[in-house]
This record gives sequence, structure tokens and C-alpha cells, in this order.
Amino acid sequence: MKKEIPLLITFLLGTWMIMEFFFHNVPYVDQITETLTNGGMVIGAFTYILGVMNILQVNSNHIKHHNDRPFKWTLLVGFVAMILLGFSWGIDVDTPFQWMYNTVYVPLQATMFSLLAFYIASAAFRAFRARSVEATLLLVAALLVMLGRVPVGEEWIWSKLPDISTWIMDFPNMAGKRAILIGAALGAISTGLRVIIGMERSYLGGE
Amino acid sequence: MNLLDRFLILDRRWVFLFMALAILIPLLFDFAIPFTPDKAVEAIYEELEKQEPGTRIMVSCDYDPGSKPELQPFSVALFYYIFTHELRPVITCLWPGAPPLVESALLEVFEMLEEEGVELPQRHVDYVHLGYKQGAQFAMLSMGSDMRGTFPLDYDGVSIDSIEVMNGVENLNSFPFFMEISAGGAGTKEWVQTVQGRYDLRMAASCTAVMAPDCIPYLQADQLLGLAGGMKGSADFEKLVYEGTDRVGQATIGMNAQSFGHLVIIIFIILGNIAFFATREKR
Repeated sequence: MKKEIPLLITFLLGTWMIMEFFFHNVPYVDQITETLTNGGMVIGAFTYILGVMNILQVNSNHIKHHNDRPFKWTLLVGFVAMILLGFSWGIDVDTPFQWMYNTVYVPLQATMFSLLAFYIASAAFRAFRARSVEATLLLVAALLVMLGRVPVGEEWIWSKLPDISTWIMDFPNMAGKRAILIGAALGAISTGLRVIIGMERSYLGGE
Repeated sequence: MNLLDRFLILDRRWVFLFMALAILIPLLFDFAIPFTPDKAVEAIYEELEKQEPGTRIMVSCDYDPGSKPELQPFSVALFYYIFTHELRPVITCLWPGAPPLVESALLEVFEMLEEEGVELPQRHVDYVHLGYKQGAQFAMLSMGSDMRGTFPLDYDGVSIDSIEVMNGVENLNSFPFFMEISAGGAGTKEWVQTVQGRYDLRMAASCTAVMAPDCIPYLQADQLLGLAGGMKGSADFEKLVYEGTDRVGQATIGMNAQSFGHLVIIIFIILGNIAFFATREKR
């Protein structure tokens, strides 16, 4: 019964969520679906508690056994400080929580993402080589899109570059994207069906 | 080892240095390179132009500070347009880091309106910020069937029943237009897949540049009425919204840095290939 009941719940809920898509204007169907989606949101909210416990546990263990203690301490102090500030003074515009958000969290996260520009530049310099016909096509397309998406390309190089960039995005790129999307959708459908009918059981733990 | 050989094994710190200069120097000078707005961005603007004053517009801000340079200028320009055209936004967030950015965008717009001597919109009467809702697709589905049940309170903790702008709002179909601003999942893709077709929403999106190729199929299928991709999309939108004023948006300023950043990458790629082919026989 330890496995059968979760499998039955999965089957019933999965089947309901598929079927309700086709009957969502039928009386009671919407209400039942709404109760289920509310349940999903509540379960999702509980994952935050798990997340908090996980962060505390993993980082406390690291502090005991690993060398990167200063980073872990910073994480834990920041973590606890934000919680305390939020609960003590609220999260309105002129609160310490917002001050921390605007002066610490925003610049830190922006910095992390800005680093991408540097790593992409370095990676592009090393990896983008016209070694084959396919690589050359990719290289030329990338250069045209990069130039077509910035004002310098349109104003200083060739006014038609944005149109060429849009054409590349709308046709060759889209053909590939659609193929990937359709493939991924078919994969998601088959995985979903396998979970609903109980063939895929990894979410229950074990194999 | 000649110059070309050395170039091939160039220390990456040189690339970083040139990249930093290409980004920093344009930001120090006050100049603007002209550009033409993209048709997909014009479509968003045209859709907004169709809305009558007093119309409620739903805006979902699903991003966090990592995408602030790309998406916050779009939010600011959107709210500026909305308030100067007497539209009434109902703002939601599916990302926990988004609500303070929404507040900051609203404050920025209010300062702009004050400068222009325009009467400031009243919270809960002319607009409402419903804040963050956990649950991603579950929250989207829930909003589709019952907006008031999904957000019983707004960001300030005020009951939805006492908020004037929410009078008559039942679900997503209560909004003639839905603007989604997104930096990933849960975002544009999930909104389209989960609720756009199901509730036949008229929606458009602003997303990060890296997401834009994923969203173009929805634009071509008319599931999205318009699309603003990355900082360029935000700059295009700013250009349309601020036309006729002396305002220059943050994305428009950022486009100078992005232009030179792209140029540096392209120059490095071209030089790298020249060096690669010139030294190929030796290898």
C-alpha cells in the first residue's frame, strides 16, 4: 500500500488535470480544479520551509567540515539577517529589509549576471572558429544577429542589418526552435503519461 | 612564436579588459546612436494605444535583479505610458524578487509624473500591486478561474474586496490586455502554454534576450501580440513611449554600451579566426 496509494493519487489527479482542460466551463469542474490548484500552491509554499531547512543544514555542515567557512558564514548571516529584518520591520519601501534588498541584493545579483558578458566574450573568442561549413554558417549567422540587434549595426555599418537579423531569427532559427519545442513537448507528454499510469516511479524514491 | 600564435593563446584577462572598456566608456559619454524600433515592439505599443482611458491592464512582473538592466526600463516605460494614458494596471509577480522592483519602478514613474506636473495616480484606485504569489503554473491557472481567490490581499495586506480598481475583476478574462515581463520560468512560456489559449488572452511579452528565440514561435502563432526581447526591446519601447518628450530611458543609454560590447566580441572573433587560419599549416 505504501506505493499503491501514491500511484492511485497520481493517476486520479493527473487524469483529472488532463480531462478538465477540455471541460473547464462545466459546473463544478472549475471549482474542483481550483481546489486542486490551490492545494498545489500550498504544497509549493511548504517547499520554502524545506528549502530553508536545507540551506541551514547543508551550510552548517560545511562550516564544520570544509575550508570555505567565511562564505558559508556570510550566507547564513545574510540569510538570518534578511528574515529578522523582514519580520521585525516589515517589507515596505522605507524599511531596513528594502534597504538591504536595494543596496546589497540588487547589486550582488546584477554583478553575478554582468560577469556573463566577460565570460561570453572570452568563450566566443576561443570557441567560434570556422572549422567546417556548419561552424562557418553558425559563425556568420551569429555575427549578423549580433550586429543587427544593436544600433551600431544599423546606423554605422548597414541599415539592412536589423532586417537580416530578424529574418535569421524568424526563419532558420525558428525552424530549429520549433523542432526542439515539438520534440520536447512529445517527450513531456510521454513522460507525463508514464508518471500517470505508474510506469515512471522515480518520484516515489528509490529507482 | 609570432604575433598571430601569441594572439591565439591570448590571456583572457585582455579580453575582459577590452570588454570592460567597451562597456564603461560609452556610459561615460552623453550620446545616442539612432535606431529603428522592431515591428514586434511596435505591436505592443499599438495594442496599448487601442485601450480606452480607465481600462484595466494586467501586468505580471516575473523577474528579479539579475535581469534588472534588461527588463526594469521596460517596466518603467510601460507604467509611464499606462499612467499618462489613464489606464489602470493590476500588477502581479510570480518571482519572489520582483515586488521591490515593481515598487521601485512605480516610484521612478511617479517622480517623472511629478516633474511633468501630472496628477499622481492613487494606489488602490488607479492601480494595485498584488505582490508575489507562489505556485507558478498553479497560480496562473488559479488566476484564470478566480483572481480574487488567488490574491485575497494585495502587497500592502489590504483586502481585495476593498480595492476600487479590483471591482468587477473575476479572472484573467476581466482584462482586455495582459502584459507579461519575464526573465525565465515561470514566465512568458508558461503563461502562454498554461493560460493564453485556454482563456483566449490578448497578451504581449517583454523578456530577456536569451529567452526571445524561445518566445518567437508564440509571436508567429499570434499567441503573443507583441514581443520585446532584451535590452534592445526595452530601448525600442522606450523610444516609442518617450517620443515627443526629452526623456531618454535607461535601456536606450545601455544600448550604447551593448553596441560597443558586441563590436568588441565580433572583432575578437574575426581576429581569432584570422590568426587560426594563418597559423593552421604550422599546427
